[in-house]
Amino acid sequence: MRLSFGRARQLADEGVLGLNKRNGDYILRFNARSRYPLVDDKLRTKQLALAANLAVPPLYGVIRTHHDIRLLPEIVRDHPQFVLKPAHGSGGDGIVVIAGRSGSRYRTISGALLDAGELAHYLSNAINGQFSLGGIQDVVIVEYMVKFSPVFESLSYQGVPDVRIIVFRGYPIMAMVRLPTRISGGKANLHQGAVGAGIDLSSGRTLDGVLGTEVITHHPDTTNPIAGVRVPAWDTILDIAARCYELTGLGYIGVDIVLDRDRGPLILELNARPGLAIQIANRQGLLRRLQICEQRADFDAPAAERVAFARREFAHPVRGAA
Amino acid sequence: MNKKHIYFLAAFLTVLSIGLFAYKAEVLGFPVRPQQQTEIWNIEAAVRFRPGPAAVKATLRIPSLTPGFSLLDENFISRGFGVTTSSSPAGREAQWSAREASGTQTMYYRAIVYRDPMRLAEDTTPPFPTPPELDEPSRVALEALIAEARRQSADVASFTIQLLRRINQGDQDPYVRVFLKHGESQADRAQLATIFLAGAQIPARVAHGVFLRSAPGAVQPESILEVHDGVQWLYFNPRTLQQGLPPDFFIWWRGEYPIAEVDGGHDLDVTLAVQGNLMPAMVVAERRAEAAGSHAVDFSLFALPIATQAVYSVLLMIPVGALVIVVLRNFVGVKTFGTFMPVLIALAFRETRLVWGIMLFAIIVSLGLLIRFYLEKLRLLLVPRLTCVLTVVVLLMVAVSVLSQKLGLQPGLSLALFPIVIIAMTIERMSIVWEERGASEAIQEGVGSLIVAALAYVVMGINWLEHLVFVFPELLLLVIVATLLAGRYTGYRLLELHRFKGVLPEVPR
Repeated sequence: MRLSFGRARQLADEGVLGLNKRNGDYILRFNARSRYPLVDDKLRTKQLALAANLAVPPLYGVIRTHHDIRLLPEIVRDHPQFVLKPAHGSGGDGIVVIAGRSGSRYRTISGALLDAGELAHYLSNAINGQFSLGGIQDVVIVEYMVKFSPVFESLSYQGVPDVRIIVFRGYPIMAMVRLPTRISGGKANLHQGAVGAGIDLSSGRTLDGVLGTEVITHHPDTTNPIAGVRVPAWDTILDIAARCYELTGLGYIGVDIVLDRDRGPLILELNARPGLAIQIANRQGLLRRLQICEQRADFDAPAAERVAFARREFAHPVRGAA
Repeated sequence: MNKKHIYFLAAFLTVLSIGLFAYKAEVLGFPVRPQQQTEIWNIEAAVRFRPGPAAVKATLRIPSLTPGFSLLDENFISRGFGVTTSSSPAGREAQWSAREASGTQTMYYRAIVYRDPMRLAEDTTPPFPTPPELDEPSRVALEALIAEARRQSADVASFTIQLLRRINQGDQDPYVRVFLKHGESQADRAQLATIFLAGAQIPARVAHGVFLRSAPGAVQPESILEVHDGVQWLYFNPRTLQQGLPPDFFIWWRGEYPIAEVDGGHDLDVTLAVQGNLMPAMVVAERRAEAAGSHAVDFSLFALPIATQAVYSVLLMIPVGALVIVVLRNFVGVKTFGTFMPVLIALAFRETRLVWGIMLFAIIVSLGLLIRFYLEKLRLLLVPRLTCVLTVVVLLMVAVSVLSQKLGLQPGLSLALFPIVIIAMTIERMSIVWEERGASEAIQEGVGSLIVAALAYVVMGINWLEHLVFVFPELLLLVIVATLLAGRYTGYRLLELHRFKGVLPEVPR
C-alpha cells in the first residue's frame, strides 16, 4: 500500500524509510524477538562484545541490588571518572557521567555536585526501573568514562559525540555522528536537541548537519563548520559495526560507537529499533541502500568484504535503485 | 504468501461478519437503527354467552396459518374456566370449559401480530376433494355449470372467477339458481364456490379473517376464497372477484364453521377488535427469533441482565476507540502517553462530557505534576512514590468534586470515573519525559494524548455506532479486519511527510 499524493510520492522517490515500513518490512522480518534481550540489556551486549573481542568501555562493576549501592565507593576507588548506566535504559535515559570528585561529593560532567545520598537515590530509582521500558527491575553498570577524541572537540558542547551506524544483515548502510549541544544538555540524542551530521560511508567525512528537521552547516554552540571532518579509524569503526551482526544475529540494528582518545573506537550500545532521523542527517533515504543490499549483497560474506562493499556502493550521494 | 494469508483471513472475517449481520438484520429483523419501531397489531376476540345449568364448553377458532403475518404473543383470559388449545380442521381452536358457571361469561383471546413477508401459507398441497353428494337435478346443473365455466376459462384462476361471477348473478343464472338455498352472505357465496370447485376436482376452502387497521375498534370478519392451483394457494374475494390476498387481511380461521361455538350455553356473541401499535423493533426481533427457534437471541447480549448489558454496551465500544488510536498513531503519527491510555480517558469523558473532561483532566494532571516534582526532591523510592502520586490523585479528585459541588457545577461530580491508576501513571511518565526530554516534549505528548482521547470520545459517542455494535457484536470482526490491513500498512505516516521534508533536495512550493 502506498499513498500517492505529492509529498509522499517525492519521499518514496527519494527512498525515505517511514516508521511503518521500518517496523513492518525490516524490524519484524529481520529482528527475531528472542534476540532483543541481547541488545536491550547493555550488560549482556557488553559481555557478548568482550567475548567476541570487540572493544567496549571497560566494565568497573555492576550494581544489581539496593545492597550493592554501598559498594559503589569501593568499585570506583581507583577511578575518579566513571559512568553510571542503567542496563535497560532507552535512548540515553538515566545515564550519569561523573567527571571527578570534589571532597566527598561527585561532580557530574555538566558541573553539578552530587553527594552520596543523592547518588544512592538515583541508583535506587534506576534499580527499581525508573529508566527502563515498562519499569522492570534493572541493574546499573559502572564503567569507564570515555575521554573523547579531540576530532569532534570543535563540534561538541560538553558530552560525548558518538557515531551511529545502521547495519543491515551485516552491511553498514548509513552513518551519522551525533554532536551534543547546549540544548541537549551534553547528550548525544537527536530528539533532545543534539545535532546529527551524516557521514559519507566511503570516505568517513562528515556532511552537513541537522537540528530537529532543519539543515544546518555550523554547530549552534561552537559555530564551527560541520561538514568535511574526517572521522579517524573509519575502517575500524565500519569493521566493528559490521561484526555486530554476528554478535546479535539481528538483521536491522543501529550500532553506537564512540571514539576514545586512548582506546580508539568503542561500542557504546546496540539498538534493535534504530530511529529514522539518520535519513535527515544524511539528507537521503535508507530504502535505496537497503534495496541495493537486498539485490546485490552476498549475506554470507565475511565482515571485511561487507565493509568493502559498503564503502564501494554507499559513497555519498547514493543513486540508483529505489 | 504472508500477505495473501492476511488478505484471505481479512476476506473471510469480512464475509462472516457481514453475513451474520445481514442474517440478523434481514431475516430476524434486528433493528439497524436505534429506536427503530415495528408496526404491530393487538387483536382480540371477546366471547360472551350465558351458561346453562350444567357443564359448559365454549370453543373459539384461533389463528394458525396466517400468510403475511406472524403471531408474536397470545394469551387467554377467563374467570374460572380451564383452557386448552388443539388443532382442528379449521386451524387451531381454544376450548374453555367449566363444570358450572352462572351469569354472563366473557372470555378473551388476545394476540399480538406483526407483518412477516417471509410467512406464506406453508401447509402441504391438499388432496383432491371428494365430489359433493347431490340429488340428480343439482348434479346435472353442476356438471353443466362446470362445463360452461371451463369453456370460458384457461386455468384455475380464470375458472374460479367464472364460477364466482355466475354465483354473483344469483337468480339470473339458471344453473346457480338451483343451489341458492345456501344463502346470500359473502361467506355463503365462498362456501358455494368450494362446492362447485370440488365438483371440478379443485381443492378450495373458505378463509375468514379481519382487516388490520391502526385505529382501535371492533371489526367484522370477512371471507375470502382460497383455491389451490396445484402449486400454491390463490385468493379471491367472492364479491369483487379481486384476485390476491389484500395486504392488510389477517386470516383468522378457515372452513364452514363459525368462529365460536358454545356447548351447554346460549346467547353466544363474539366481537373481534383490532388495534394498531408500535413496538421497539428489538423486542419484536427477539420474540420472533425465539419463536423461530433461532439461537441468535439466546447467544446475544440481550440474554444478559440489564446491568451487565450496560457494561457491555460500553466495553464493546473500546475496540472502536482503539481503532481510532490505530489510525492516529500508524497513519497520522500522533504521539501519546501509553498505547491505550487515551481510550480509557475517552471512556471517562463519557461521564463528564468533553469540555469538562478535558478541563478536569488537565487540572488533575497539572496539579499531580506539581506534587510529583515536589516528591522528586524528597527522593522517594519508585513504588512508594507511585503510590503516593496515586493517593494524591484520588485526593485531588475528591477535592475537585467537593469544590464543584459547593460551586454548583454538576460535571465535577462525575469525576469519580476517571481511571485513577492510568492518571497516576501518566503523571509519572510525563514527569520523567519532562525531566529527561524537556517540557516541550512532555507537553506535546500530553496534548497529543488529549487530542486522541477527544477524537476517540467523539467516535465512541456516535449513538448509531454504539447501537450497531451492541446489537451486532459480530461487526467487531470488521475492526479485526481493519487492524489486519492496517498492520500491513507500510506507507508513510502523515506527520512523517513533514518530518522528512529535509531529506528532499528542495521543497517545491
